[in-house]
Amino acid sequence: MAEPLLDIRGLKTWFKTDDGMVRAVDGVDLHIDRGETLGVVGESGCGKTVTARSVLKLIDMPPGRFEDGQILWQGRDLIPLSLEAMDKIRAKEIAIIFQEPMTSLNPVYTVGDQIAEVVELHQKLSRKQALAAAAEMLRLVNIPNPQRRVHDYPHQFSGGMRQRVMIAMALSCQPKLLIADEPTTALDVTIQAQILELMQEMKERFGMAIMLITHAMGVVAETCQRVTVMYAGKVVEEAPVEALFGNPRHPYTQGLIRSIPRVDRSAEKKQRLEAIAGTVPNLLDPPPGCRFASRCKFAMDLCTQAVPPLKEVGPGHYVRCVL
Amino acid sequence: MQVHRVSRQYVIRKLLIMIPSLLGISIVLFALLAMAPGDPFDELATNPAVPPEVRAALRAKFGLDDPIWMRYWHWLIALLQGDWGFSFVSRMDVSTLILQRLPVTLVVIGASQILAIAIAIPVGVLAATRPYSLFDQIANTFAFIGFSLPTFFTGLVLILVFSIQLDWLPFVYRADINATGWAFYWEHIKQSIMPVTVLGLFQGAALVRFVRSSVLDVIRLDYVTTARSKGIGERKVITRHVVRTALIPVVTLVALQMPIVFSGAVVTEQIFRVPGIGSLLITSMLSNDTPVVMGVTFVSACLVVIFNLIADILYGWLDPRIAFR
Amino acid sequence: MAGSTPASLSASAPAAVPGGRKAQRFSPWHEAWRRFRRHKMALFSAFALFLIVFGVLAGPFIWRVPINEIDFAAKLQGPSWSHPLGTDDLGQDLLARLIYGGRISIAVGVAAMVVAIFFGVLVGAIAGMSSGRVDAALMWVTDLFLSLPQLPLLLLVIYLFREPVKGVLGVEGGAFVLIVAVIGGTRWMSAARLVRAQFLSLREKEFVEAARALGASKLRQVVQHILPNALGPVIVVATIDIAAAIIAESTLSFLGLGFPSDVPTWGSVLRDAKDYLDIAPHWALFPGSLIFITVLAINFIGDGLRDALDPRRVL
Repeated sequence: MAEPLLDIRGLKTWFKTDDGMVRAVDGVDLHIDRGETLGVVGESGCGKTVTARSVLKLIDMPPGRFEDGQILWQGRDLIPLSLEAMDKIRAKEIAIIFQEPMTSLNPVYTVGDQIAEVVELHQKLSRKQALAAAAEMLRLVNIPNPQRRVHDYPHQFSGGMRQRVMIAMALSCQPKLLIADEPTTALDVTIQAQILELMQEMKERFGMAIMLITHAMGVVAETCQRVTVMYAGKVVEEAPVEALFGNPRHPYTQGLIRSIPRVDRSAEKKQRLEAIAGTVPNLLDPPPGCRFASRCKFAMDLCTQAVPPLKEVGPGHYVRCVL
Repeated sequence: MQVHRVSRQYVIRKLLIMIPSLLGISIVLFALLAMAPGDPFDELATNPAVPPEVRAALRAKFGLDDPIWMRYWHWLIALLQGDWGFSFVSRMDVSTLILQRLPVTLVVIGASQILAIAIAIPVGVLAATRPYSLFDQIANTFAFIGFSLPTFFTGLVLILVFSIQLDWLPFVYRADINATGWAFYWEHIKQSIMPVTVLGLFQGAALVRFVRSSVLDVIRLDYVTTARSKGIGERKVITRHVVRTALIPVVTLVALQMPIVFSGAVVTEQIFRVPGIGSLLITSMLSNDTPVVMGVTFVSACLVVIFNLIADILYGWLDPRIAFR
Repeated sequence: MAGSTPASLSASAPAAVPGGRKAQRFSPWHEAWRRFRRHKMALFSAFALFLIVFGVLAGPFIWRVPINEIDFAAKLQGPSWSHPLGTDDLGQDLLARLIYGGRISIAVGVAAMVVAIFFGVLVGAIAGMSSGRVDAALMWVTDLFLSLPQLPLLLLVIYLFREPVKGVLGVEGGAFVLIVAVIGGTRWMSAARLVRAQFLSLREKEFVEAARALGASKLRQVVQHILPNALGPVIVVATIDIAAAIIAESTLSFLGLGFPSDVPTWGSVLRDAKDYLDIAPHWALFPGSLIFITVLAINFIGDGLRDALDPRRVL
């Protein structure tokens, strides 16, 4: 198999707090191939956002620090790179969009200025050309009246429109990888669908890979080719999307899938939505064995003794469970 | 990057808001004057320089026996017409006297504010970008020392060191300098150094902490992470995306601090004998020159209101979200 | 399982820890003390301030030299064994005068703070509990007072009322009451705004709503439920107000419009000293340093208290 575009190996990103080390990301392995969409799912606080930001080194250090691991970008480890070297990769090769479109744009500059800022830098264009490119990007993400809107401030756009602006900004340098950190969570349901559709469309146009971070399994089913499930700072299952939904192996994944509301079923059989009992373990001082053990219906003594290894259960399907 | 234009309605609205403030100030001042026991012109009776007829005329002009609202009305009208009374100590109109003294005060305050901002912004930003570093701790300690040092004490210490011990700078501000050309300006700069430093350091110390906390507030916002993800370099992230926004509340603070700056100016002018309206206020109080006291107090209150207006307009100019509303 | 990711990573790291282990073990005051102790400068300042206050209170019983014993033979002397802090132009002992002056300066600071906080809490509480017009009017007045230049106003009031008050209460008492009233009366605004803001948020909290639902009167809601919860930030502002009031008093006395020369306060001693800077610098340096150290200590304590009681606010 060809070398993956991004290959994260054993990444540990920890945070120093007053109460001790928080092991937000504690040995994550995942990879993304060229042009594919990888879903990273898990509940809030499972480390998926920290993983995403670690790739671009957008973690505040201190309090954060890379404890261990490698982030191989086209074979080259990003962790030892200087910030100056990172700046040549940011936006140009790997771009990111965030959960909160309302706060992700600087309120004091026009959206055109903010897009042009990236284009001007990475594509060595003049200010005027960069602004024209910004307007062109706004047109591509289906913002009406792009020539005029380019001079508007973020507060003059709605949430969905701002996320379109963020996408336009992220794609303006045609990156090879777009990291989308819960891009639709803060939006209305109807707008969510439009943004996802736009991302699909952009992917087809520019051919980049997408790392889609989300906690919505429905979104994953619709948009991703492969899925990585994270729990409490670790990867618990990784599989092609069909395998994951058809044959989820980890009890946590099974719980996630069962917690998706299904209109057809619940109406007919009056089936109740299943929630996963319990709460996420304390990342300050994680339990020694499987981190899901305390919430797992099938937990055995073995589970609390050592972290189970990731084992292959099918083609490209890995699971961190003794079952 | 381009800067948007402030809408005219915004400026007009801010100008209109000034009017009730000024009226409020005039009511407070008038109430104090009216509540003060005794006749504020009593001392004129014992002042041999004032003939009895002048005193009677003044009493009539101020209508001291009218109902209170009438007296306020007349007082306000006179105030608006620029008729601020006559200083019997300086033997000239109060308005003329104040206008003579005002420029010096404005120059001293302006220069010290510029000094304060020139210190506070770089120090505050550097401290905030390296929170809890050695630099931050040193800056913080100096800021505390700076605003805990009363201006009158700093002034005396500077005089002690630079005038008495080292004999570098004059400690009395002279308006009548017998020099021309460059020497004239040099003398003026030399005698302004200490008053401006005293005021500027005091202000700067308070501002450092505010700039630091304002920058810290902004630096953790999402759009700063967005800016970092663009690969424009940390330096541009800080100057373009952090400082630019963090300065918006600083503008308001600088305006809100004007009353304190003014208090500092009174003390500084008194120590260095700078012939501004601050020292005028003190000398006229010590010589019971009531019309001048009232005039200077009113002018200083008006200056504060005007600075607030300037801050509001700057605010609208710096923050596009405001002026559009 | 839905939930928003906190806006920043530095904030999300501690938030990932449910509860926080240490916080649950102690009472709020215990926790506050733990945080205060970590502020080294505040702890050191508390010790320094204790020494100053103790010295000023116990001083006259130990150093029994009168404050107004004139001795021209010993005038303008530097520190010596008989006069540890030197003498002034009348040969009066500076140590005795500064001990006495410290009592006045600190008493004025505390009393003016009490006045300011009383009015501030009153205005803020009324504005915060009522809404609409009363609130708007009170806040307009507060903003108006905030925009008045404090020192000229202070000076004006003292200038206008000095003589009559002196007639009623005597020289020293009159000056004390007037200065405390005026400083307190021009410094209540920040407390008022703070208390109002606290009230506006607290009165919507569940525990107050519960009290309201149970039929507690407005006064009871305020005294029993809201005020105790608004206390932390008010204590911080009160502390810093003491420092500001001490500076205000010394400024007035320094300008010759506070306490008269025969009543030594730190500010009035400094005023008398300023004309002798060249021949007797010690005379100015001792009172000035005392004001500075006291104010600095109080400001540091205020900062430590802010860390301890009001951790959310940055400034």
